[in-house]
Formats: sequence, structure tokens, C-alpha cells
Amino acid sequence: MAEAKLNRINLSEKDYEGAASTMCRGCGHDAISASVMRAYFESSIDPRKVIKLSGIGCSSKTPAYFLSQSFGFNAVHGRMSAVATGANLANHKLMPIGVSGDGDTSAIGLGNFCHMMRRNVNITYIVENNGVYGLTKGQFSATADVGSVMKGGKVNDIPAIDLAELAITLGATYVARSFSGDRKQLTPLVQGALAHSGSAILDVISPCVTFNNHEGSTKSLKYAKGHLDPIHDLDFIPPFENIDADYEEGTDHEVKLHDGSRIRLHKLGKDYDPTNKMQAITAIHAAIAEGKFLTGLIYYNPNRKEFAEELNLCDTPLSDLTQDDLQPTLEQLQQINGNLMK
Amino acid sequence: MDTPTINDLNICVATENGSGSASSNNILFKAIFKMGVPCSSKNMFPSNIQGLPTWYEIRASAEGYLSRKDVIDVMVMFNDATAAKDIHRVRDGGLILYDDSTPLPANLRRDGVQYIGFPANKLVTKLVPASPLRAKQRNMVYVGALAYLFGIDMEVIKAVLEDTFGKKPAVIESNLLCIDAGYQYLKEESATQNIARLEQIPNGNKGKIITEGNTAAAIGAIYGGASVICWYPITPSSSLAESMEYYLPRLRKPKDGKKTYAIIQAEDEIASAGMIVGAGWAGARAMTSTSGPGVSLMNESIGLAYYAEVPCVFLIVQRGGPSTGLPTRTQQSDISLMYGASHGDTRHILLIPHDMNSCFDFARRSFDFADRFQTPVFVAMDLDLGMNLWSSEPLKLEKEPYELGKRLGAEQLEEWAKAGKKFRRYFDQDGDGIPYRTVPGNQHPMASYFTRGSGHDADAKYSEDENDYKYILDRVRKKFETARKFVPKPIIERERGVKTGIVCYGSSYEPVREARDRLKARGLKTNYMLIRALPLTGEVRDFLAEHDTIYLVEQNRDAQMAAIVKDEQPEVGAKIVSVLVYNGLPVTAGEVVKQIFDAAQSAQPKTATA
Repeated sequence: MAEAKLNRINLSEKDYEGAASTMCRGCGHDAISASVMRAYFESSIDPRKVIKLSGIGCSSKTPAYFLSQSFGFNAVHGRMSAVATGANLANHKLMPIGVSGDGDTSAIGLGNFCHMMRRNVNITYIVENNGVYGLTKGQFSATADVGSVMKGGKVNDIPAIDLAELAITLGATYVARSFSGDRKQLTPLVQGALAHSGSAILDVISPCVTFNNHEGSTKSLKYAKGHLDPIHDLDFIPPFENIDADYEEGTDHEVKLHDGSRIRLHKLGKDYDPTNKMQAITAIHAAIAEGKFLTGLIYYNPNRKEFAEELNLCDTPLSDLTQDDLQPTLEQLQQINGNLMK
Repeated sequence: MDTPTINDLNICVATENGSGSASSNNILFKAIFKMGVPCSSKNMFPSNIQGLPTWYEIRASAEGYLSRKDVIDVMVMFNDATAAKDIHRVRDGGLILYDDSTPLPANLRRDGVQYIGFPANKLVTKLVPASPLRAKQRNMVYVGALAYLFGIDMEVIKAVLEDTFGKKPAVIESNLLCIDAGYQYLKEESATQNIARLEQIPNGNKGKIITEGNTAAAIGAIYGGASVICWYPITPSSSLAESMEYYLPRLRKPKDGKKTYAIIQAEDEIASAGMIVGAGWAGARAMTSTSGPGVSLMNESIGLAYYAEVPCVFLIVQRGGPSTGLPTRTQQSDISLMYGASHGDTRHILLIPHDMNSCFDFARRSFDFADRFQTPVFVAMDLDLGMNLWSSEPLKLEKEPYELGKRLGAEQLEEWAKAGKKFRRYFDQDGDGIPYRTVPGNQHPMASYFTRGSGHDADAKYSEDENDYKYILDRVRKKFETARKFVPKPIIERERGVKTGIVCYGSSYEPVREARDRLKARGLKTNYMLIRALPLTGEVRDFLAEHDTIYLVEQNRDAQMAAIVKDEQPEVGAKIVSVLVYNGLPVTAGEVVKQIFDAAQSAQPKTATA
């Protein structure tokens, strides 16, 4: 047997695997997990430095199916953003990845999700977006498009929440959209998100093969594939690789990330600068008007501090502080007592 | 005519919220405290910023009783909206002070009390230039009037003003001017009263501090090592988190030149609970502070922390419920809510402080309990403790090492590995129900596991197997039984042969202490137990078993603690007589005495002769 390929920290792709998936056969979520594992492997990230978080729903089960060497926390419905925020504050040296669904994020967890982005908590947050509740068997979620038809024939007439637009508006600093089946685009986007310091939101269209894959659904495999609108082709270049050769002036755009890695964007038609917030929002709306899914690195803001840094937390994780660090002295208490006598 | 008592006086100041009376009342209270007289204050304030009625009661007690008194000697009638009612709250022979800048309406006259007027409005108009401050300084005039009538030393008042407004000499001067005007006016009028004199007691309150339970608990939590603090504003707990915001930068030395804590005002209580569960899971000492409605919202995450066995601390300052209820009034009506918080079978540890030092101490130790038992821990305070000013012994720190429980580091895991021992996250290795845990960041190959709120087995694997499920539920219950041996024991005072017991908890401590003395004076001797934690300890069980009649004093309608006691010890159920005070006001000894005598009379005519 040929020896498995090892990455820079001598791990093979197998070292990034998890328990066997319990998703339906052909589920988009499994494809996303595959891209996620690939991204960690390619970026040579030590799984022991990663924490995996999720809420409740099909998508939220998936962190058990990758990176078995990482600590994981499958919390309660809609609360992953809050749990991840707390975990990140307790130990900001670890790299959180959150996996959530459109119900978990855009409905029950919308408030906490918004405030996590407002704070720019350092996290890679993937929404496995299929427009439907799977575990409870097929109800519309808040990302279902107007006119989309439920399996039983019911038509959705309430506008969808566009998670990418919401993320840009509320302060996320890395916002991308992709499609579960487009591994070539998704993997580098995940790598970029992992390298980014701050809230990186990936809205990934991930068809539900059981409850939302029929004629009339705008999140079916067939519909999604036929309506993708990529802004650019992209490559992720980790800090340890020094590729400048194939950069083409005028057609390529490069985004530099905090850890020294780069995302090279190859223009497809129009000029697009992902650091331009207004352009990003306009592009999303233009795609919606055409019934398309704008995909790629939609928005990037390199100028905002992530939350733990903004809070000026000490380098040592709070979880590692000792009594000596945490407990003030007896003399300080006496001083307080003295002040309270006045 | 009665001779005036010495240092025994209960003053009620009736004003409008937002009128600046908080400052005047504070100065008045602190001046009496500084004279060395044992005293307490109760602030009965509305859920409002400006305009609704508020009452502030100051009790001076030569005998050192600090609970609210139900008999009012002096009413400062400074709120027209409530005056008609306020005049009837004064005892016969009492005194009503009022602003006679305009004549007193006839309906505010009553018999049997003395009236003393002084033109506060007119005096202030003369002394203070027209400004928003003027209206507020009207309240300073009654401070002077009371000082003259009852003998509060003006020098002491000056000292309190300096302590309070140290950096603002203009404010001190202007306040003093108004206080002095009230004083001089009554002096010139030769006003007298015959109710009480306040006299300085040399070294009377020496070494004592004045603080609020929320401040004491905030400092306690800082000493306990809180490093992730997430909260959402809610009366009456906001000042706890705000005290932490004030004290943390003053008390914690920086590390790497940066902060050793994160204090986050969350978007709601659901988020603050989620955050502390995440932080506790990741190994920080994490806490939130809130009140009943917040606990309601936090329920789901509390269940998660219970079942996934994540340490986290909830400092709860109870208020009047249900729903919005009486947000600015006190109650102990969330005992059942905390004890059984969340869906499914849950039971939680409650530490129940009763004074300033236990607010400090229990807040500090709550983190040790959370880490030791890997579970949510509640510190069950209430508004009376949390937001009223209490005179107290100085905060006392027990120097003891943090109890981090069965948390395994990489080195320990390596020793386990060498010894051929397996790390099983949810396995009862030691037979005490408490498993071992690791936290993220531990890079030992055996360390990581997957935490979930869904069914899991002893190895933290997803499982819907009935035996796996039951194993965890039973073990977590066993852990709770172990906690019984560790939580604070009750404070018990007993005399041999006495068969009547009074049991209470939390802020009922002070009124019950006084009530027992009064009952004794009337011939009913009682033994006494202050419950300080749930689960109930063996000492509680024994005390209950030993007595024939048990009066259980609670500040809720449904006798929530009695229900817990009866559930655990059904055989004592018939002996328990609940004494329930749930009007939102701090309990008075008078009310406790009355209910006990009423109950004794109807149940056991023989013992009710006193």
C-alpha cells in the first residue's frame, strides 16, 4: 500500500477524520465535512488546538464526524454562538469552529448569532443552509426563499433572511458563500476562514436530499447547481507557501490574512473588491434579483480587532490562570473594608 | 408624657423617586451609623426613574436589631401623592414632619400624632439659585430638621458629606447650607419632640462597614476567581455586575500587561447563560448574575450544564414574581425555580447567604462547589440583602486554596496512561458520583472528548441506549447526594428541652433573630436553625426530627422550602407550620411573631397563653 500523504505537521488526512456520519446518503452536509477536513489538513492545523461547537439540528451533529482529536461541544438549539463566545473567552488560544444550520442560526439563534458577529468573536462559523428543518421532518426555515415549495406543496411567502448580507451588516469580518458540492471553491474559503482572526461566516448552500430536493424548491441540488453565481475563482495560499509566480496583474486580486496567508481571487468578468462593503451588499442584492446565489469571498475586513483582543485579555488563557493570578490579597480586602467604613 | 427612648427610633421618609432623596437618606443613615448607633436602612423604591413614590426607612436600635420595623415613629411626609396614606402609618404618639411652605390640607391632619412643619421649599428657594439641583436639595432640609429634633451631630453630618462628595467642595457646601437651614429653622422655632434621642456611642460601630449584599457578593466572586462574567441588566442584580466592573480593574493585577477577566454585557440572559456554559466547559471560572426572569430564560442552558456536567455559577438576586411582578421589591419566591431549574430531572446546589459576610463568602466559594461537582451552582440572594445598605462586620477572607475538583491536566493523564488507566469522562471512577474531566487545550492524546446535551454513555459517546442513559442520570443524582456532605451546614441555636423550632433562610435571618427574643419575652422559647444550602444536610434533618413544632419562615406564598423539606423528609411534614411573608417588603419581626402566635393559638391553645 502506498504511504499516506502527510502534511507539514506530519498528519495524514485520516488524522482529521471523525466518527461515521449518520446523515442521509447524499446529504450536502457530508460534503461540507469533507471540505472542512481537507481544509484543516491542507493548512496543517493541529486538531488538538481546535474546538468544535454546534447547536441542534442535522448540521449540528456533523462536528462529531470530523476532527475526532478535537474537543467538541454539541450544545442546545440556537445557542452555539453564545457557547462559542464563552469558550473563546475562556481560552482564546484555541481555534473555534462552529457548525450550524439555517434553523439554528437564522431562526431560534438569530439574536445570539447577530451579537456574536457584532463582537467579532474569533470563530469559523459554517451555516449548512438547506432552507428546511430536517430533524423535525421538513418545515420551512427562515432562509427559505419566497415562492419555494415545501414537499407537501405549501408555498413560502415570507422573504428569506440572507445570512451573508446580515453578517456583513452586523460586523462579521470575513463573509463567504459557497455550495456544498463545490469543493474546489469551498475548501479554500474554509482555509481562509480558519486563517482569519475574527468572525468568519460561511453560508453554504447544502441541499437536503430528503426534505427539500424536489421540483419547486430553491435549495434543491438541481436548482442550486443551476443558479450559482461565483464572483471569482479562488486559491488559498498558506503562509508557509511562497507562490507569486502565477499572479496576473489586472485579473487577480489578493487578500492578505492575519497569519500571513493569502487568498488569491481570479476575476470572472466584473471587478470585485471584497473589502468594499457597499459593493458587497449591492452584489448580493443584484444576485437575489436574478434568483441566483452569489458565491465566493463576498466581504473581508482586515481592520477590526477580534473580541478577545478588543477586550485586552492576557496572553495566558483565562482557563489556565491560577489562584495567584485571580485572588486579590488580604491587604486589598482590608483596604476595601476601610473604604466601606466611610 | 412618655420619656424619650435613647437610640431607638424608626424613621420613614416618603418622597418621590428621582427627587434626590437617595442622597439625603444616605447621608442621614450614614450619620446615625457614624454616631455609633446600631442602625439599618430599607429602601422601598418603585420600578421607575422619576415620579413614583418611594419610602426609605431608617431604624436605630439600641439593642442592635437590624430588620425592618413595622412601627413607624416618625414620618417625613414629602410626597403629596402618598401623604394621605402615609399619615396613618405613623404610630399613635408619633411624629409627622412636613413642608409647611404651603398650608397643610385638612385631610392630612389626624389625631394622636404630633406635627412639625418647616418651609423646606421656601428655604431652598432662598438659598439655592434656580437650577435643576434646587428641587433635589429640598430633601436636604429634612436631614437638618431631623438632626435638630433627634440630636444628630452636625459635625458628623459634615464628615459624611465629605466622605460622600469628597472631590466636590461646592456640592458639600450647598448641601450643608440646606441641611443647616432646616436645623436652624427648628431651633429658632424651639421645636421639640418626646419620642427619642440619638446619642453618640463611643466606638459603637467601630470596625463595622456599610455595604450592600450585591457589593459583597461581587467582591466575593472576584476573590473566588471569576474570570468570565456574562450578565444582562435586570433589577435587582445589575448592581452586582456593575460592582464587579468597578472592582475588577482595581483588584486584579494585570497579567502580561493585560486583563485576567472578561466581563460581558450580553444581549439577553439566554446568551449570558450560554456564554458561561461555554466558558465553564473550556475551563474558566464562569458566572452570571441575574434575577428570577433571567433564571426563567436561562433554564435550557442550566439543564445543559447539569447534564453535560459543566461548572458554572449563577448569582441570583430574587425579587417579587411571577412575571415582571414587583421588580424592585424583595422575595424568596425562586427557590423551587433554582432548585429544579430546567426540564427533565434536575437538582441544583443552592448556597443561601443571610448577611453581608455570607454574600461575600458564598459567592467566593460557589466556584469551588461548581468545580468540585462539575455542575451549575446557585447563590440565592434576594433584593433585601442585595440592594439595601447593611451595617456589618468587615468582610472576612478565609485563606484556602481553590478547589478545582477532578480536573486532569496533561501530566496527570500521562501518569494514567502509564498506569494503563483509561480516561472515561462520565464514568464514576471513585464511587462518589463525580467523574473526572479534562478541558480543551489539554493536548494529551487521551484528553479530548465530545460534550453533548443529548444522550451519552460513560465514555461521552452519543447513545440512546436505555442503560447508558439511566447510568448517567443516576450517577448525576449520586453526585448531588455527595454534595450534601459538603455544602454549608445550617447555623443552629438550641437549648435542651425546647421543642419548638424556628427555621428560616436568607434575609429572614435578622427579623427571626429579633422575633425569637420577643417570643421568649412573651414566654415562648424556641430553638433556631438557619438553612444555608440545598441539598439539605444531615444536620437539617436531625433538627427537624428533634422538634415537635417547626415554624418555617419564608418569603413566598407557596412555602417553597417547606415543600422541599417535606419531599425529602415526609415524616416531619405534619410538624411544619409555614410562616409566610410575601408582600414584597422586607420581613419584620412583628409579622413573624404575630403569625407564630396566631398559629400557636389555633393549633395548641395551651402554649399560646403568652
